[in-house]
Amino acid sequence: MARSEDQADVVSERLIEVNGLKVQFATEDGIVKAVDGVDFELQRGQVLGIVGESGSGKSVTAMTLLGLTRDKNTRFEGEVLYKGRDVLQMNEGELQDVRGNEMSMIFQDPMTSLNPVYTIGAQICEAIQIHERADKNAAKRRAVELLKQVGIPNAESRVDNYPHEFSGGMRQRAMIAMALACNPDVLIADEPTTALDVTIQAQIIELIDRLKDDFNSAVILITHDLGVVADVADEIVVMYAGRVVERANTRQLFYDPQHPYTWGLLGSIPRLDRPKQERLHSIKGTPPSLINAPRGCKFRPRCPHAFDRCIEEPRLENRVEEPGHLDRCWLSVDEKRRLREPTLAGTEEAA
Amino acid sequence: MLPFLVRRLIGAFLVLVAVSFITYLIFVKIPGGDPAPRIAGRLATDQNIADIRQKLHLNDPFYSQYWAMMQSLFTGTLKSYSSQLNVVSEIKRGIPATLSLTIGAGIIWLGFGILVGVISAVTAGGLSDRVITVLALIGISMPVFWLGLIARYLFAESHPFSFFPDGEYVPLTQNPWQWFVHLIMPWTVLAVLSIGFYGRVLRSNILDTINEDYVRTARAKGLPPRRVLVKHVLRNSLIPIVTLFGLDFAAVIGGSAILTETVFNLRGVGQYAADSVQSLDLPPIMGVTIYATFFIVLFSVVVDLLYAWLDPRIRPT
Repeated sequence: MARSEDQADVVSERLIEVNGLKVQFATEDGIVKAVDGVDFELQRGQVLGIVGESGSGKSVTAMTLLGLTRDKNTRFEGEVLYKGRDVLQMNEGELQDVRGNEMSMIFQDPMTSLNPVYTIGAQICEAIQIHERADKNAAKRRAVELLKQVGIPNAESRVDNYPHEFSGGMRQRAMIAMALACNPDVLIADEPTTALDVTIQAQIIELIDRLKDDFNSAVILITHDLGVVADVADEIVVMYAGRVVERANTRQLFYDPQHPYTWGLLGSIPRLDRPKQERLHSIKGTPPSLINAPRGCKFRPRCPHAFDRCIEEPRLENRVEEPGHLDRCWLSVDEKRRLREPTLAGTEEAA
Repeated sequence: MLPFLVRRLIGAFLVLVAVSFITYLIFVKIPGGDPAPRIAGRLATDQNIADIRQKLHLNDPFYSQYWAMMQSLFTGTLKSYSSQLNVVSEIKRGIPATLSLTIGAGIIWLGFGILVGVISAVTAGGLSDRVITVLALIGISMPVFWLGLIARYLFAESHPFSFFPDGEYVPLTQNPWQWFVHLIMPWTVLAVLSIGFYGRVLRSNILDTINEDYVRTARAKGLPPRRVLVKHVLRNSLIPIVTLFGLDFAAVIGGSAILTETVFNLRGVGQYAADSVQSLDLPPIMGVTIYATFFIVLFSVVVDLLYAWLDPRIRPT
């Protein structure tokens, strides 16, 4: 079952391609542009990190991949291709075949994401029985095996426990087992560690990373914490106000971040290798309204380096030597490299 | 589970004792509650009344009177002061009518309440939801005695639509079809109020549950919408409905059906209770009180057990 990373790379295959995705919700207050032009790709065996604050559109993007944001008040633009098929165009029946089977999702709060009235086993079996037409006993055996794989001790007896008999970390492991039940190609983890203790967080991320190889799938890891994705992500997409502001492979993003918002995120991570600060730095201000977004660069009102040109919105394009490293900022590369240092060091307020 | 049950049953017994004792006190102490002058009649002498007091042990301390009454009630020898009929056999005589009425109405109101609640939740904000909301409010607002009389007037008297017999109870064992036909109107009248109420409660429960994270999980697993609705939404939304139904149903058996029984002259326990209270006839009042309390206590135990069965989180470990 287990494959090494090299082998996984050999079968490299584009699983997901998102082009110009826009998601808008009609509300009483106006149109909420939750996602406003997002593009990314995901290869088999890859881990893609999507990073941003609350309200940056990262969860909506993830839910849209599974068609979970569909509603009569929702409008979509662009395309979400899964193995070349557009998820946005699929009917409800086709979507059901994809959900949980080819793409599955882990949610933020394991305390509320499991149905309290069914056993863990029953909830894992449900997906298996629906998608693989497996009989009850086969599904149960598979559920036990999955629980073992995600590191639940005494899986044989634990499988009959109810969610409230599990701790938070174990519930999230059970959620992962449930998501992997039908060998999905893509695992979407929406803030999988936010509700967990710090010690458990690392275990869960490590588990997701290991299982990705075991199941030969790809992972989209959504978080507001760059520290969480630093070790495991191959590529990182930074989102702000419904759009991608920077996209690069992980190493590149950490060593040569181009967008002031990314600097702010990096500067607000507490670090042991830097002198202790009086207090942790934060990005001043709040994310903009998604109904009446500011003109030009959406980060302009919070950006300390904003200048005249920012009234016009920059395109997401490659501005540095490294191909594939895209950003949305008018500052020249040299200026950026000069300006970002104090912010990254955390010695200056990010904004 | 067993200690839980034992504890609940002991509690139930204490409630039964307390309720009967308080009821007894109320009726002994209220003005005009003294049965002796009433039994003696209008032309009674003081001597007559004193004799009756002596005969009924009304001069004993009230706790020994209470004890004696409980003893005769549970040995089945308690007699009414006014009619001299045996209380227990009178209640027994009323039970088939009351149970037929309440069980039938209970099935109707639960069934239709769930149906109405699900339809209006699924179409929330739409036309059928609004129509149902208005109908439910009308149903909740109509008093049983009024609705009952209107129903009789329209469907049971000499009108073009007189499909149904006008009141009275026909035992099931005597003629099942007539039993059914005679009960259709009472069932409906008794159920209408609760259908509206249950529909509203379930609607809001479903709309709360549908936004739960685990429902999103179920959808993300690729379950068909119907299965999500029934297994994940409805299963959880119905838990509070079970409590409501258990207690309402017990209350209806225990006497809330008085109005319906009276309007349709079904001669059930409720009507017996109403008649006894009117004539301040203590022995039947005590009998009916014990009977009603018994059902309410019994059903609250049943609801607790059902609740534990439905919701694993509150199961005693």
